[in-house]
Amino acid sequence: MAKQYETVIGLEVHVELATKTKIFCSCSTEFGGAPNTHTCPVCTGMPGSLPVLNKQVVEYAMAIGLATNCEITRVCKFDRKNYFYPDNPQNYQISQLYLPIARNGYVEIQTGEVKKKIRIHEMHMEEDAGKLIHDEWDDTSLVDYNRSGVPLVEIVSEPDMRSADEVIAYLEKLRTIIQYLGASDCKLQEGSMRADVNLSVREAGTTEFGTRTEMKNLNSFKAIARAIEGERARQIELLSEGKKVIQETRRWDDNKESSYAMRSKEDAQDYRYFPEPDLVPVIIGDEWIQKIKKLQPEMRDEKLERYKKEFDIPQYDAEILTASKAMADLFEAASAICRNPKKVSNWLMVETMRLLKEHDMEPEEIIFTPEHLAQLVQLTENGIINSSVAKEVFEKIFTENADPAEYVEKHGLKTVNDEGELLKVLQKVIAGNPQAVVDYKGGKEKALGALVGQTMKAMKGKADPGMVNKKLRELLK
Amino acid sequence: MDITSMTAVELGKRIQAGELSAVEAVKASLAQIDKVETSVHGFVTVDREGALRRAEEVQKKIDNETLTGPLAGVPAAIKDNLCTKDMPTTCSSRILENFKPTFTAEAVKNLEKAGVVVIGKTNMDEFAMGSTTETSYFGVTRNPWNTDHVPGGSSGGSCAAVAAEECAFALGSDTGGSIRQPSSFCGVVGIKPTYGTVSRYGLIAYGSSLDQVGPVARDVTDCAVILEAIASHDPKDSTSMPPGAGGYDFTGALVDDVKGMRIGIPQDYFIEGLDQEVKEHILSAAKVLEEKGAIVEEFDLSLVQYAIPAYYVIASAEASSNLSRFDGVKYGYRTPDYEGLHNMYKKSRSEGFGAEVKRRIMLGSFVLSSGYYDAYYLKALKTKALIKQAFDRAFEKYDVILAPAAPTTAPKLGASLNDPLKMYLGDIYTISVNLAGLPGISIPVGTDSKGLPVGMQIIGSCFDEAKLFRAAYAYEQTRAYERPELVKASKETASEETVSAKAEKAASEMKTNKLSDEAVRTMEGGDR
Repeated sequence: MAKQYETVIGLEVHVELATKTKIFCSCSTEFGGAPNTHTCPVCTGMPGSLPVLNKQVVEYAMAIGLATNCEITRVCKFDRKNYFYPDNPQNYQISQLYLPIARNGYVEIQTGEVKKKIRIHEMHMEEDAGKLIHDEWDDTSLVDYNRSGVPLVEIVSEPDMRSADEVIAYLEKLRTIIQYLGASDCKLQEGSMRADVNLSVREAGTTEFGTRTEMKNLNSFKAIARAIEGERARQIELLSEGKKVIQETRRWDDNKESSYAMRSKEDAQDYRYFPEPDLVPVIIGDEWIQKIKKLQPEMRDEKLERYKKEFDIPQYDAEILTASKAMADLFEAASAICRNPKKVSNWLMVETMRLLKEHDMEPEEIIFTPEHLAQLVQLTENGIINSSVAKEVFEKIFTENADPAEYVEKHGLKTVNDEGELLKVLQKVIAGNPQAVVDYKGGKEKALGALVGQTMKAMKGKADPGMVNKKLRELLK
Repeated sequence: MDITSMTAVELGKRIQAGELSAVEAVKASLAQIDKVETSVHGFVTVDREGALRRAEEVQKKIDNETLTGPLAGVPAAIKDNLCTKDMPTTCSSRILENFKPTFTAEAVKNLEKAGVVVIGKTNMDEFAMGSTTETSYFGVTRNPWNTDHVPGGSSGGSCAAVAAEECAFALGSDTGGSIRQPSSFCGVVGIKPTYGTVSRYGLIAYGSSLDQVGPVARDVTDCAVILEAIASHDPKDSTSMPPGAGGYDFTGALVDDVKGMRIGIPQDYFIEGLDQEVKEHILSAAKVLEEKGAIVEEFDLSLVQYAIPAYYVIASAEASSNLSRFDGVKYGYRTPDYEGLHNMYKKSRSEGFGAEVKRRIMLGSFVLSSGYYDAYYLKALKTKALIKQAFDRAFEKYDVILAPAAPTTAPKLGASLNDPLKMYLGDIYTISVNLAGLPGISIPVGTDSKGLPVGMQIIGSCFDEAKLFRAAYAYEQTRAYERPELVKASKETASEETVSAKAEKAASEMKTNKLSDEAVRTMEGGDR
């Protein structure tokens, strides 16, 4: 019988913090500027320059630490991690090794019906590196230091996950918490959230860990799931062939759905960490912690409960609405305007989710304003447009943030409430479809539907289908 | 009027009084440089045109009374590890030979605000690593008292330039004695302030937790006035500190009164290894203070033998990381021929750094390596803390501590280079002051039988510069300023020939060094 294997996974998650300025200087953190425009002597490592810590970085890190049930380190320090690479202008990265800002936390995840705690070993603050651009034609490399010094936290979990599902649940949980805190937008594609997967396998029932590998370059949840499956299979295959897993760092190629070794443990660098002498220790007192706690917004779990109670929204719907802060914010803002949370929820749950999927978008990428969604709800509720027109208008809202009232006006989409006009059309339809009329009178209920459809078509969809139905039945009595 | 013999304060007063102009002061300095620089070689860069232009600008502000401070119009030199915008800043290293910073160091900026005219950059041991100014890529600096001897280091260029009267004063930096020891060797006054008093922003780091910028001048009053100008609580430097209880008033401490002042003399500084003549000079200087009413007492400081190993571990460790940014990628020297990134790094750094710098980078990398960190670096940090405690205990009993600045007077050129360990041991009296973050001043107390100056160090507790200035000032009142023969000769027109003959001799000797005097760069020579 083939052996049963268990997968053991720990994660190192890098999150780019949403500060306006960099961690050690006042350069902008804005994404996408022309190369080397968001730079100064500090973030380009010029001789004589010195780092000064951005307080907001510490506050975001504290907020994340508190929200993930960590102990906050009261005297926390920065250390230098020494390694030579051109994207790192000083050839050392200012990070934290000995006294990181937060330790010993956990988050609770749920997969199916099962709830589980994933422990957090530690979280530290550090600076991001610049970006290298290799010009193959010219055989040169160029370096852009705009990213250099952008603040990051690295959240290191314990090896508590056992499947790709748990990993995704853990990442989604972290992302939701951090987004709710406003500490980062956590976009995997843009790299504001990055995860390295440490994975090993062991025979089911054993307690010792197997040899682990570290997987890098994972920039979507799907890639992470595929990489976990791929690496699990690779390691099991090695072991069943009697071979050994080598401790190494591997790079995932999502197009090829396979990974290759980047470096083994043997040539792992000695980073020669030592305390950063240019920065003083960060002393965190009770008052500061209390202040950060007070600033914490309503988190997802509280919000979810409130939606159920306050708006009488079912569990499943509340889960979807609160899964991302962007969605929850949209829901609350639109509901507050039109005072119809049920309808707003409907639009978000059905049409918005459908369109997001269709456009392969995340809720954070939604462009329309809550005002426009609220207006649409009001237009439908007041019978100014019918539901099929509303769907058409919503697509315009979703794709262009169109103003619904304006759009309806401009395209003449208002429901026609002129009975005289409707009667004229109905008589025409009845005259033009004698067979259907006969069928209906003969008891074929379906035939009425065809007549309603004909009428709606003739009225370009602007009639109220209910009214059409009612009038037709009267006329054909 | 002998402009270059004036102290900075005297010169500033004359300029304020309109007796002479900032331009005249700068011209006098440049003329003195012309006379003695070939013998001394205190400068890496002399910015003649820039200095004259700045002097004119400063004079205008003096004339319209927007600059009224004591240092307005006074010419000064800056150690070449302090960044000066658009003026070469080399750290006396090949790796920064053509480097021009994009900003000016905070301490220099503060001087410029006070109206000081920077005339050039002074020679130093490469990256401030050395005690003789012989490790400079641009050639050695010579001691104006005897050009066969070293000026000390690493701020040897600053101290020699002040002693040779090429500038009214200079800025140096002190990581393990680099201001106090060369001040002692050159017969000038130099102070290393409490760590955190002067901003390190723009000081190219050697050992970040020990580095401090300070003045070198011809008397104690000048040092106090200059320190008042450069000290600041700088938000750009996280290790910069607000001033002590007395604020930045150092001149207020210049009182000729040490009655009741408690002075400690660490017995363990006066044992084996200390030159007999130096010892006698320090002890007789202590007598002088005692006669003026101070209470002088011997005590055991302890831990003295651990200071040097702890210092070389910590400073080298920090240096190995601080100097990793010099890699040929962004600025400075890059090897002309290389294959691939790693080869470029290796060759640029091998060719760009000198032997002493490489030695310390290797030592520092070693002590930080995994497996050795606890045994060396962590232990050194613990030793540092113990040394600080030993000083704290001493300052419970004493207002200041008296000590030699160095175990000997200036050695001959070349005598230390082949024996780095011996050179390291020469830092024994200055190093613990950096490890403990304390202020220390070196003042001249006489000359030995060879005619070389002896310096006395006065050490104070943190942010207690006032007591240190007071003791130094009181002592200084008891003796006249002595100047090197070279300077005396340069001032006598009759003996001008002697000077140039001496200069020629010196120049021919210097050909044996890697670079001749031509390596002394002037900005007129364009952007080399």
